[in-house]
This record gives sequence, structure tokens and C-alpha cells, in this order.
Amino acid sequence: MYGLGIIRGLGVTLKHFVESYIEDIRWFGRKYTRSDILPVRQGPKGKGIFTVQYPEERLPIPEQFRFIPFLLYEDETKQIRCTSCGICAKVCPPQCIWIVRGTDPRTGRPKPEPEEFYIDVDICMNCGFCAEFCPFDAIKMDHDFELATYDRTTTNIFDLQRLLKPVSYYASIRPTDYAREEAARAEKEGAKAKRPAAEPAAAPAAAPAQAAPAATTPPPSAGTPTGRGLSPEEIARRKAEMEARRRAREAARRAGEGGGEQA
Amino acid sequence: MTIAPEVPHTVITDPAQVQAVLAEKFPGAITPDTRPGYSGFIVSSDKLVEVATTLRDELGYTYLSSVTGVDYIHDGFMEVVYHAYRIEGGPAVVFKARCPRDNAVLPSLVPVWPGADFQEREAWDLLGIRFAGHPNLRRILLWEGFHGHPLRKDWKEAYYEQEGKPFDSRWPEGHVFRAEEKTPFGDNVAYPPDWMPPDDLDRLTQVSAYGGVYDAVLQTVDEDTRGLKTDHIVVNLGPQHPSTHGVFRVVVTLSGETIVDLQPVMGYLHRNHEKIGERNTFIMNIPYTDRLDYICSMSNNLGYVLAVEKLMGIKPPERAEYIRVLMVELTRIVNHLWAIGFLLNDLGAFFTPALYAIEERELILDVFEATAGSRMMCNYMRFGGVARDLPAGVYERCRELAFERLPRAIDELDNYLTHNEIILSRCKGVGYLPPEMAIAYSAAGPVLRASGVPYDVRRAEPYSIYDRFDFDVAVRYNGDVYDRYLIRVDEMRQSVRILQQVLDQMPKSGEIIAGKPQYQVRVPPGEAYGRVENPKGELGFYVVSNGKPNPWRYHIRAPSFINLTAMSEMCKGHKVADVVVILGSIDIVLGETDR
Repeated sequence: MYGLGIIRGLGVTLKHFVESYIEDIRWFGRKYTRSDILPVRQGPKGKGIFTVQYPEERLPIPEQFRFIPFLLYEDETKQIRCTSCGICAKVCPPQCIWIVRGTDPRTGRPKPEPEEFYIDVDICMNCGFCAEFCPFDAIKMDHDFELATYDRTTTNIFDLQRLLKPVSYYASIRPTDYAREEAARAEKEGAKAKRPAAEPAAAPAAAPAQAAPAATTPPPSAGTPTGRGLSPEEIARRKAEMEARRRAREAARRAGEGGGEQA
Repeated sequence: MTIAPEVPHTVITDPAQVQAVLAEKFPGAITPDTRPGYSGFIVSSDKLVEVATTLRDELGYTYLSSVTGVDYIHDGFMEVVYHAYRIEGGPAVVFKARCPRDNAVLPSLVPVWPGADFQEREAWDLLGIRFAGHPNLRRILLWEGFHGHPLRKDWKEAYYEQEGKPFDSRWPEGHVFRAEEKTPFGDNVAYPPDWMPPDDLDRLTQVSAYGGVYDAVLQTVDEDTRGLKTDHIVVNLGPQHPSTHGVFRVVVTLSGETIVDLQPVMGYLHRNHEKIGERNTFIMNIPYTDRLDYICSMSNNLGYVLAVEKLMGIKPPERAEYIRVLMVELTRIVNHLWAIGFLLNDLGAFFTPALYAIEERELILDVFEATAGSRMMCNYMRFGGVARDLPAGVYERCRELAFERLPRAIDELDNYLTHNEIILSRCKGVGYLPPEMAIAYSAAGPVLRASGVPYDVRRAEPYSIYDRFDFDVAVRYNGDVYDRYLIRVDEMRQSVRILQQVLDQMPKSGEIIAGKPQYQVRVPPGEAYGRVENPKGELGFYVVSNGKPNPWRYHIRAPSFINLTAMSEMCKGHKVADVVVILGSIDIVLGETDR
């Protein structure tokens, strides 16, 4: 009979339509009020209404979800984990990471801490390579995806202050990754601690290397820690430094352009 | 156009033997390619067409998979690389032809393999190799006012910084700048010296300003039996039109409502993926492949890592192989659900079928998000394995999907659409592509198999661990839109079958990557062509390494690009509304078409 196929098809639509009511009665309204029901609504057994009313309702973010990197610092010591080794900047496919390697003002030698760290989030493609290949677990991918701004030209280059987040935040968004990395770190530390006993000759060489990062740690400030974990004085100092550097750079650029025009 | 004659030919499947046969027949014209890491042979350009004809007619290499060029600037020549296959399966015959850089001309192989049409145009566009005898040698991805041929090694882009990444400006003195500030918009465009941009209406109306897009379509006058003369009219569908699945334009010549001629115009989303790929290091290209066919990023990843693994000579561990197949087959289901949903949209069934299909797709994307960290831009495969193991709960979730939810969903979709009379009347007999034409036009994937050619790379030249699974190569014989719909339903069922076997056989634990994950891989010099059966067709990656951190050549044989070669044939004689449906049945993604 002509039209039977259409009727069969409409039967499927009808099934979906009726199912949404049956499901609503079954869950008795709780389906739209309880947040823990979302995996049921959008799960492999989900039936009926499938959609989630973002932003009022939010689906749980899986641990592996990645969006825009951030830098880690230790909660207690405020020590930035990054050593400015530059692997993230080298592996970054769109080359959106800029790092100024830190130098010790007294000796002029490189020190294991970034002076400046920029990520152009307009360019970042959220691939996660920086987090994957960082040997110090210092850069990780975030879960915060709500980054809309009104002006992309001024706000979307994240500097060190904007990028820093405490390790405790990282532990809260990626608990299993964090636990695994901490276990590996503890194991490594354990091996290091054991080694001097076994090989006394290697001990003097290892000791300064271990001491070096500790020496460069900024002393825990007495001021109130802010959300980023640095004291306001420290932030003000760094901001002033960065501003001065930016001005110098711009002046140099202008001078360079002017020279170019004359030539 | 000539099509391979159906005569019994000598069956030689070994490429070395093929080379020997050809060397005997064309003495002096065939030189083996002896560079370390390279394969195949070099054909002298004056004998190229004859060699190709012999390959096709006498040796049965009827399917030309890939045509691309490589600029060997240090040796002073350009090389065009051809990969031809037997449609019955087996390895490729790789042959090359060389021409000098300053006068790059080679005979066109379009008369032998019409599927070379778009690919030769692409090689002209990006590499500046002229193909003598090509019927319509115009730029294809770039526009007429583009200066230069960007894949030549001496061409530099507007934001050029350095020959290869990583850029020195990023570390250790990484003073940030925005590329836009350095090269402001407007200052980054160069026109060819003899070319003027069409800046006023007068010039816009001149056909020449479009560089012959309209010259390529027939503009004639019809005369009916009563002597009534009617003009043909030229209509542009797109580029801004929801039916074109992106920014894609079709120029059609109409006689009334009937299509007389058709030209696809593409490149609106072109970003020269291949040039970016040659600036990148090998590993950096993996996330870029996600952005080709963004519906199937997992299988794009696989194609690329297979090509590089061939060069590196490594094999992933057992569990990684299973995870790869798991992800790739889920991707196939995602793609076909999407394709069917949007085919129905194109037919006018606005979004109800599409959303039913997308519901299932969402569940699979949840698996990708939990595993790879992103729903679409997965970036999951690595050289020698995968990026990370399946997190807790994902395996169980996949089992639920593969054994319960997806089979039911596919049956429901089948029940919902397959016998619908409106679909039958709109799809049956529309967009017919005969099997010999499908082969000649290098059509791939569902388009080829719906025309009655049971060619599937997973079976014809098994990669990864596909030789372990029991599945059928879906094939349909009518070659119309309806069969291209049915074949996608069939393929989803076969994918579910593979998924069930994968989940049953998969080792419960084990290594997921061969060796230590590295951010700098050493790739020995040589060439490799890695191809996979992507949901849209055969996806091939032609990678040339010269031992440096960046690939020397990185080419993509994009199925949605090459499948469009046959579109003109499919559409002729049908109505305007059918163009939309036929395009939907080819299933293109502009990210891959335009690259």
C-alpha cells in the first residue's frame, strides 16, 4: 500500500514523542531539577527529552576534557613549577606560547623559573601537547571553557598572572591524573633519597642540583595571598616589571620601524 | 573520456613485476627510483601517457588513487607522484614523472584516468605544474588573483616567520606579538603583476574577472522541435547556502529546470593545510589532521600516523591497535549518522531525522571526550600508539553502545526512513553513477561501493588489524542517491559488528604506545603513502621526509575533494533541487575539500 512507509516512519516519531511523556512521568519531574540525573538523561539508556538547558544545567565535564593550558604553582610554597625549559613552546603546533627564560640578576645565568610566560588563546588549538610533554607537570589543560570576551585584541593574550593556578585546583579537576603523577613523583623522590647511600660519590653532585630550585624560591610573603596565590606586593612588583619591559619593547619596535622608513 | 575496456588482462599484483613488464615494453623510459626510502619507478615524461594507458588497459590498474607533486628545489626539479591500484585489491604501483622547476610541464593523465582532473588542477594551483592536454586547467583551491604557487619551496606566506617550527622567537626570549599587528590585514595580499582586482561592478560582470569559471560551463542555446529558442541560464548555488554543507559553490547551467552542465567551485575554506604541515614538525601535524574532516577526526589521525609509522618502521602495541580500531569504527558510525541526518535535511525533512541521528552521535562523542579530551578535535593517535589509555568506565560504556544502543538505533533509523515513499521518489534513480565511471573518476568510499564496486581499503589492502575481524564489505548496485543512503546504513551495521569483535578480543591491559612518548621524533628519509578507509572514502597521506624535523612534503588525498570530480556526471539531466540531494549523498566536509 502506498504511504505505508511514511506511516511506519511516523510511528517512530510518535514513539519518540510518547516516550518523552512516559519518561517525565516515570521521573516525576525530578528529571529536570536534579543535577545528578543528567547522566541518565544523556546516557546510553536515555530516552525521551535528551537536551540539557545550558547554562542553567551543565553536563559533568569528563576529567580528560582539555581547554586552554594553565600553569601550576605549589599551594604552600608558591613555587611555580615551570622551569622555563621551553619544551611546551617547542611542541606547540600553532606556536602560541612565548616564554622569557628567567635569569639570575646577580650572576646573569639562566635560572629555572620563567620571567614571562604568554599564551595567545586566540591561536591555541587546545591540542594538549604542552601538558602531555611537560616533564615537570607544570602546565596542564584547564576545564574552564567560558572565555568569551568583548575585545579579542587586548584580552586574549594570557600572561603569567592570568595563567597561574594552584596545584590544589589541578587536583580538583583531574583527580586521577594528579594521583598518578604524585605517586610517580614520590617514587622518584624515594629513589633519589636512597641513591646517596648507595653511591656516595654521586651525592655531592646531586645535592646542589636539588638545592638550586629551593634557593630561587621567593620567600613566602607575609601579605594576604590572593586568588592566584601570590601576595599583592609580589603581583604589583611583577606587573610593574612587565609593564616596563613592554614599554621598552614598544619603544624599540617604534625605533626599528622609524629606521625602516628612513632607510 | 575513455573508460578502461573490459578485456581480460594479465593479473600481476606485484609492483616489482609490473615495473619489469613496463621496462620491457618501454625500453629506456622506465628508471627505478633508487633513492633510499623511496619506491616505484620514474617514467620519462614523453612516454607517460602510454605507460599509464598500458597500466590501465593491460595490467588492470584502473583506479588512480592519488596524484601530487613534490618540489625538490635542491635538485632543481619537480616530481609528480602517481599511486594506481587494481580495483580487485592489492598494493599500489607508484610511478613518478619529472619536470624542470622553471618550465614545469607534464602531459595530463585526465584522458586515461578522469579522476586525475581535480588533482592535476590542484597540483597546478599549488605547485605550478602545467599539465598539457588538461581540459580545464584552472586554479581550484585558490582564486584567480592569487600570486604564486604556494607549495613551491621558495614561496613565502604573508605571515612568514621561519622555514620550520619551532620558531626561534618563542623561546628563550619570547617577546609576544600578535601576527596581525606585524602584517596588518590589507598589507598581506599580493596580486599577480598582470592582474587587477575586480573592484567595480563593471569589472565584476566581466567573465574574465572570474578566470573562466563561467567559461567552463556550457553556455549554449537550445532549440526545440517547434523552432523555439531558449537561452541557457547560469545559476550559482552557494557559496553561502545551507544546502552546500559549508562554503561551497556550484555553478550550474540550466535549460529550464534541467541541469545541462555543472562546475563545483571550492576553496572558500582553503588555508593551505599542506604548507602549514610542511612548516610543522611531524607530531604537530596530528592535531591539524583533526581539522580536515572534522566529523571524523579519529580516522584522520589514524591515516596520518600510519603514514609516518611506515616511514619510522614502528608498530603500535596490541592494545593500542584495538583502541585505534574501536575509535575509528565509532567515528564511522558518527559520520554516517551525520550524513544520513543531513541528507534528509537536504531532502526537506527539516531536522527531525537529523536530530534523531545526532542523539546517537552525541553518545559516541561523549566517549571521545572522556578518552581523548575533546568531542571533535580528538588529537588522540600518536606515532606508535595512542595518547592515553581508556579511562575507567569507557570500556563499559562502549560495550553498552555497541551491543545495545547502536544496533537498536540503526534499526530504528532504518525503519524510520528506508521505506518512506517520499524518500524513495526523491532518491531512486537520481544521481546515477555507473560502476566503470565511479572507478574512472577515482570515486571512493560509499560513493564507489554504492555503484557496485566492492572496494574497501580495509579489505583490499588491510592496515592496522583489520585482517582479524569478520565483516562484509557493503555493496549496492544501483549507484543512485538511494543506494548511497542504504550503503551507509549497511556500513554502520558492519561497524557495529567490528566494534563487538574489538570489544570482545581487546586485551584488558597493556602498553598503549611503543617506546617512550617523544615530542621530537626522528623520521628517516624516504616517502610513504598511508591510506585508510575513512567514512567518506579513501583518505591518503603522502609524506616525504628528508631526515629533518619537518616533513619535506605532506599531501592529503582527500576523499570529499576527489569524490566531487564525479558530481558533474551525476547531476546532468536532473533538476536543480536534485543537486542539493546529490551533493548530500556524496557527503562532503568542506574542511577536507578545501584543506
